[in-house]
Amino acid sequence: MSKRPITVSVDRLLRKRDAPAPRKLPADERSCPKCQTHWTSDEMRRNMRVCASCGHHFPAGARERLDQLSGGAPWVELWPELRASDPLQFVDLEPYPDRVEKAEAAGSNEALVVAEIPIGGHDCIAAIMDFSFLGGSMGSVVGEKLARACDRCVERNLPLVVITASGGARMQEGVIALMQMAKTVVAFDLMYDAELPVIVVLVHPTTGGVWASFASLGDVTYAEPGALIAFSGPRVIEQTTREKLPPEFGRAETQLANGQVDDVVDRRELPARIGKVLGILDRPSGMDPAPAVTMARAGAERAANAARTLPDLSRRVVSKVLRSDEKGGR
Amino acid sequence: MSVAARRGGQFVRRLAHRLGGSPETGSAIWETIQLARHQDRPYPLDYISRLFPDFEELHGDRLYGDDPAIVAGIGRGADGPMVVIGHQKGRDTAERTYRNFGMPGPEGYRKAMRVMALAEKMDLPVITLIDTPGAFPGSGAEERGQGGAIARSMQTMLRLRVPSIAVVIGEGSSGGALALGVTDRVMMLENSTYSVISPEGGAAILWRDAAKAKDAATAFQPTAANCYRWGIADVVVPEPAGGAHRDHDEAARLLGGYISRAMRELQALSPADRRRQRRDRYRRIGAYREVAVADPTAMASGVDPASTANGAGPAA
Ligand SMILES: [Zn+2]
Repeated sequence: MSKRPITVSVDRLLRKRDAPAPRKLPADERSCPKCQTHWTSDEMRRNMRVCASCGHHFPAGARERLDQLSGGAPWVELWPELRASDPLQFVDLEPYPDRVEKAEAAGSNEALVVAEIPIGGHDCIAAIMDFSFLGGSMGSVVGEKLARACDRCVERNLPLVVITASGGARMQEGVIALMQMAKTVVAFDLMYDAELPVIVVLVHPTTGGVWASFASLGDVTYAEPGALIAFSGPRVIEQTTREKLPPEFGRAETQLANGQVDDVVDRRELPARIGKVLGILDRPSGMDPAPAVTMARAGAERAANAARTLPDLSRRVVSKVLRSDEKGGR
Repeated sequence: MSVAARRGGQFVRRLAHRLGGSPETGSAIWETIQLARHQDRPYPLDYISRLFPDFEELHGDRLYGDDPAIVAGIGRGADGPMVVIGHQKGRDTAERTYRNFGMPGPEGYRKAMRVMALAEKMDLPVITLIDTPGAFPGSGAEERGQGGAIARSMQTMLRLRVPSIAVVIGEGSSGGALALGVTDRVMMLENSTYSVISPEGGAAILWRDAAKAKDAATAFQPTAANCYRWGIADVVVPEPAGGAHRDHDEAARLLGGYISRAMRELQALSPADRRRQRRDRYRRIGAYREVAVADPTAMASGVDPASTANGAGPAA
């Protein structure tokens, strides 16, 4: 707690002086659930969706996070064309394809967005989860995108930065979703052999199969303040064991005390902290790679898909569904 | 034709019927789940006593404690010395409580990793026997790193140089099962199940009603035949007529034969080839679509201004 900087938003001071605030505000304005301060959507964006009064961290979308990490520098989204399919023809309270369609209509194309991006002047691959897409659940697309992200890192000798926000495996893809846990561990294993750093940032909430797979396997692991980090959520534990859990159960600060994360880092400091770590771990180019690295590169090449040509970094690939057709899959 | 060969033929026809016919009905799936959980079904120690006349159980994770929900040890059987690790449920109330219903905490997975390290050192193959409703949900388990223990167990298995076989012998539910399932070959007994979550857990989350377990089971389709079709299981191992609980000796004999055959195949490969194939096996699993996306050049020039500028993305 004491580490948190005292930040006063200029926006907020200005707004107080220039009151009254405009009546009609965009949809994503927010009142802080902790301190009730009201923020316009513009202030929210400029404060990285952190309450400048009390430090409460609001949820942030994957693309907005990419902008925060790059400090506004251009980034290129990779593989936006990968979309969920319905291998089990799964129906619970509604059919899985309907859930996917609704989630896509809300703006994201999947629960993980991968991009090539500079952070603090260091080129890297970032894989950012989006909790707003079906609870950030990990299905085949998340697994495949993360696997390709690691392939690309190895191919181009880049570090990987991952931000997790997930309820766990995507139930609607059944055991195939479960297997994505193993698939992501395979992907990180490639990074290990290639001697490339993996930085993981756990944000609220990171639970279930995501916490029990790649999210636990970073070289450096940070958590955002207040984030719930657990394999089993508090509700499941209370129902199963009749334990009464304290409110701080599984929270980032508790997990720091438990020895499960390296530090709790305010979102506004994340780009600098990640940039610092990337700078420390940066290796001079032109060095001969170790034999294991050469082998890992050959492995990644074999596994990598056909999408080898990267568009110009100054152009962002924008995904837009023109037509969708079933392809591949099992 | 020998009795065994005739039984084998029946099994192949039974499996072909399950694979080729229309999808299994909800009640057929529910029956399989009951068989997979049958209290008289053989558990790891029942297989171990039959397949490994000499077996030494090892205890403790060398960090915190011993988890009775996972048994691990070294044994010598028909195919030489091996390491065996499995989820152990209990048969009566007292043993179920002692075994925590086969739900391991981090100590269980760390014991498994510790014994896998022994396998690496002594060049012993690893057999895992999977039968769990899931890893234990408890605050102590969380404090001691349940998530990381499961992740690192998978990582350890993925990096093994020795051959490895996982067998789902009962119910394989959630990451608690997969933590012991990242191997060269994955086998499922004919009446076992493998799923992202137990039907009760899935029902509570998706239907908000744990009583809808049968609906969840129908939706998850966690049977061996389906897992074989999806490429999750490499082999379906036949059980004695009526299910493994009817005849533990015969169930162990059948499983032993399948393990021997697979082990011979795996021993013929180099450690590097095994590891590469193991990686590729999991790298391939997934079902997704690839849709056409708009030409990035056209988009960047402002056809869809709402989504071209960095920072205009959707905010959660
Ligand atoms: Zn506040």
